[in-house]
Amino acid sequence: MTEKSNITLNINGRNHAIGVEPRRTLADAIREDCGQTGTHIGCEHGVCGACTVIVDGEPVRSCLMFAVQAAGKKIRTVEGLAKGDELHPMQRAFMEHHGLQCGFCTPGFLMLAVGVLEREPDISNEDLLDVLASNLCRCTGYQNIIKAVRAAAAEMRGAR
Amino acid sequence: MSAPTKGSGTTWVGRAIRRLEDPALVTGQGRFTADLPAAHWVRFVRSSVAVGKITNIAAPEGAHVITAADLKGVKRIRPMLHKFNYIPVEQPILAEDVVRFVGEPVAAVVAMSEEEAEDIADQIEVEIAETKPLVDARDAIAKGATLVHAQVPINVIVEGKVRTPDFDATWKGAHKIIKVDARSRRQNATPMEARAGHAIYEASTGRVTFTCTTQMPHLMRTAIADVLGFPESDLRVIAPDVGGGFGQKMSLAPEYVVLVWLARKFKSSFAWTEDRRENLIAGFHSRDQHVTLEGAFDKNAKLVALNADILANIGAYSCFPTTCGVEPLMAMAEMPGPYDVRQYACLSRGVITNTCPMAPYRGVSRPVITFVLERLMDKAAAAFGIDPIEIRRRNLIDKFPYTSAMGLVFDEATYKQTMEMAVEHIGLPAFRVRQKEARAKGRHLGIGFATFSERTGYGSPAFAARGMEITPGWETVILSIDPSGFVEARIGSSPHGQGLRTTLAQIIADELGITPQLIKVIHGDTDRAPYGWGTFASRSLVISGGATLIAARKVRAKLIKIASHMLEAAPEDIVLEDGAAKVAGTDRSISIAKMAREAYHQTHRFKGEIEPGITETGTYDPPGTFSNACHVAIVDVDVETGRVAVEKFLVAEDAGLIINPMIADGQVHGGIAQGIGNALLEEIIYDSDGGILTATLADYLPPTAHEIPPIELHHIETHTSASITKAKGLGEGGTIGAPAAVINAINDALSPFGVSIDEMPATPQRIRAALRAAGEAA
Repeated sequence: MTEKSNITLNINGRNHAIGVEPRRTLADAIREDCGQTGTHIGCEHGVCGACTVIVDGEPVRSCLMFAVQAAGKKIRTVEGLAKGDELHPMQRAFMEHHGLQCGFCTPGFLMLAVGVLEREPDISNEDLLDVLASNLCRCTGYQNIIKAVRAAAAEMRGAR
Repeated sequence: MSAPTKGSGTTWVGRAIRRLEDPALVTGQGRFTADLPAAHWVRFVRSSVAVGKITNIAAPEGAHVITAADLKGVKRIRPMLHKFNYIPVEQPILAEDVVRFVGEPVAAVVAMSEEEAEDIADQIEVEIAETKPLVDARDAIAKGATLVHAQVPINVIVEGKVRTPDFDATWKGAHKIIKVDARSRRQNATPMEARAGHAIYEASTGRVTFTCTTQMPHLMRTAIADVLGFPESDLRVIAPDVGGGFGQKMSLAPEYVVLVWLARKFKSSFAWTEDRRENLIAGFHSRDQHVTLEGAFDKNAKLVALNADILANIGAYSCFPTTCGVEPLMAMAEMPGPYDVRQYACLSRGVITNTCPMAPYRGVSRPVITFVLERLMDKAAAAFGIDPIEIRRRNLIDKFPYTSAMGLVFDEATYKQTMEMAVEHIGLPAFRVRQKEARAKGRHLGIGFATFSERTGYGSPAFAARGMEITPGWETVILSIDPSGFVEARIGSSPHGQGLRTTLAQIIADELGITPQLIKVIHGDTDRAPYGWGTFASRSLVISGGATLIAARKVRAKLIKIASHMLEAAPEDIVLEDGAAKVAGTDRSISIAKMAREAYHQTHRFKGEIEPGITETGTYDPPGTFSNACHVAIVDVDVETGRVAVEKFLVAEDAGLIINPMIADGQVHGGIAQGIGNALLEEIIYDSDGGILTATLADYLPPTAHEIPPIELHHIETHTSASITKAKGLGEGGTIGAPAAVINAINDALSPFGVSIDEMPATPQRIRAALRAAGEAA
């Protein structure tokens, strides 16, 4: 065991002052130290993408980043997607198009899709499929996730 | 986006309303087991060798480590069947003197954090005198093989045999015998949430609340209380949001027993979250079968007899509660599938090896038997020089009820109709033209069909036929209206992604004349839900749905009785709609909320004619019903690399009355994705020492969005008399049909090369090896 470092994680606009070992992953820090359990951990080796969050505008796998690396950066998680009671278009689209079943991978897919579409609103259908193929879902067979993300993308473009 | 409403004169059943489950899950408010805080974390030390005697376990000074020696008085897990020459074997909670598979829990480390527990576990030295393992089922039944458990001779733990009276004579008189020697490799169901458990002791009551990722919360309560030897009433099991199960979360994990034992012993809270490596090596496996199937046909290509030899590798221990008989015995019972064949012989064996124990996985044996049977049909069609569709036309069941050679009763279904529907929608003649043109340019397209039956919603008689000591089947639903007028259904099923809260609410809404959004469905908590079996085997919507309908009809009758009293009208004149009881043809009405108040707080007005409160119970234990479908895959095989791309997938399915089309289609999509993974990608690979080579998701490959093509679905809705809601189950169909369709399509694509791919997954290596072998032979 090693000494803990004091860092501040800014999650969804709120600062969390925490003490973590250097080896603490961002995923564990978000869940255990900051109590934001909407971010899920599916594999801890960067394949499944369930733990995807947005760090300074980029979707990242929070199991592959140390918490200390995210200190001072702007972190967004699924808990911060809705504005009060108003759901993000991506959340609404997932419900409307049945893009989730057990819901375990859903936060990761939402943050992946939102992060990429904010960066590249006009992304082609083909590139979008490449992006979505970076996360795993075991329930839906992906068809409805793709449908939902395309619908939300259109809505997000319309709102610009 | 407006809230879904019911159109005038329509029902909630049959509508694609949005799921009541979703708002929490899309906002990060879902509650999964690993979200709970705990005072102590547990890490399991697992055997790194497949078989051997434990000679020493050395732990660092001061570490809190539990081994089998600490678990005095704790029983072993002993699943039991009373038929089919089943030999009970016992699984210790932690390995005692020997280990039997890589990943078997040997010790539990307790620490104040997960990291600390892992650090300590890394320092524990387990010395094992390693001996040679048995990994493959065929090796395990070979003469002179060592025994995995001393009491199981020749390593066969369960054996089913059948031979119909006229089998031999029919076989001798047959025109052609067609044979398939098939292998379905080992898989892991791979729910995105691996297993997790959290046990907390409550000092005020002396009870333990155990939260875990299970599909069967009540069975976990029974099993853990039995093994630890205390009253079930002292244990509350909660299945909160569960991140997929697919069968893997039905069986009792020995790890769960340790957690509850720790909580009771040390009167505190203890949590374990399985990591992905643990899940892949020790979280229960599936499939892994050799099947040799021979079909005897008459001169018109009519199947007259079927002979099957099934060898199922069941791993090192039998799973609780279903036992390891579930795979080989279902394979034996259902091998003839949707085809009319009167003579049948089968030998089906479950074989013990030094590998991870097997548990049910979505489809249970039927993905394998459908693959083998559909290969047989395609091979027979080729041998007779007829089209694969034509041979199925001549053999599919089309008169109902149909009693199979195994005595299974098939209710009304549409085997031929769904196949013809699939053929029409896929555009078979146009595909053949395209295939020919592509071949001329060196591109190899193929089309594959799979027709199958999916036995769903079967109650206790079906399980009793297997001689199960613990015989599942029925479900109970308690439906109540509280004094505020809100409706609560407490159910014994335990959904974990299937949307059952929504579909059951749709059934209730129609009976009571209210909107589904007012109905809460409570499940997965043994303190709140009635005893039940959980969610598995495509059963919940049929059985829990049937129990819901029975309870809802009783509540409806009670509301009408109350309304009749309060409105002073004849019961037959009362209708329930828009949240109220109305007297037909008048403007007199009374809201359900007002009737509910009356039923609890003004009971004196009923003068003893109506019992207080509104709570009714429904229990349903049906005989079972068969869904059916035809799956079609179109594939593109790169003969240079052996890579297969599935270009299109089409399904024509009949699952009876569809309660919520959106949810039904989602179930089929997900099953097909798992079936494509089964056909092409997913394989747990052991080396000859019993070590696992596929312990990460970079090695074990569930499909991504790239591997799943657009899926086109068509439904026929046959209203069966075998299910009171008219709904048949459909949770497993996608997984059952897809592997066969994909493998048949690959073989169609490769037909110019004279190869036969009869092994799953059909990886690039296997396809290239077959093409090379064919090339060398030519």
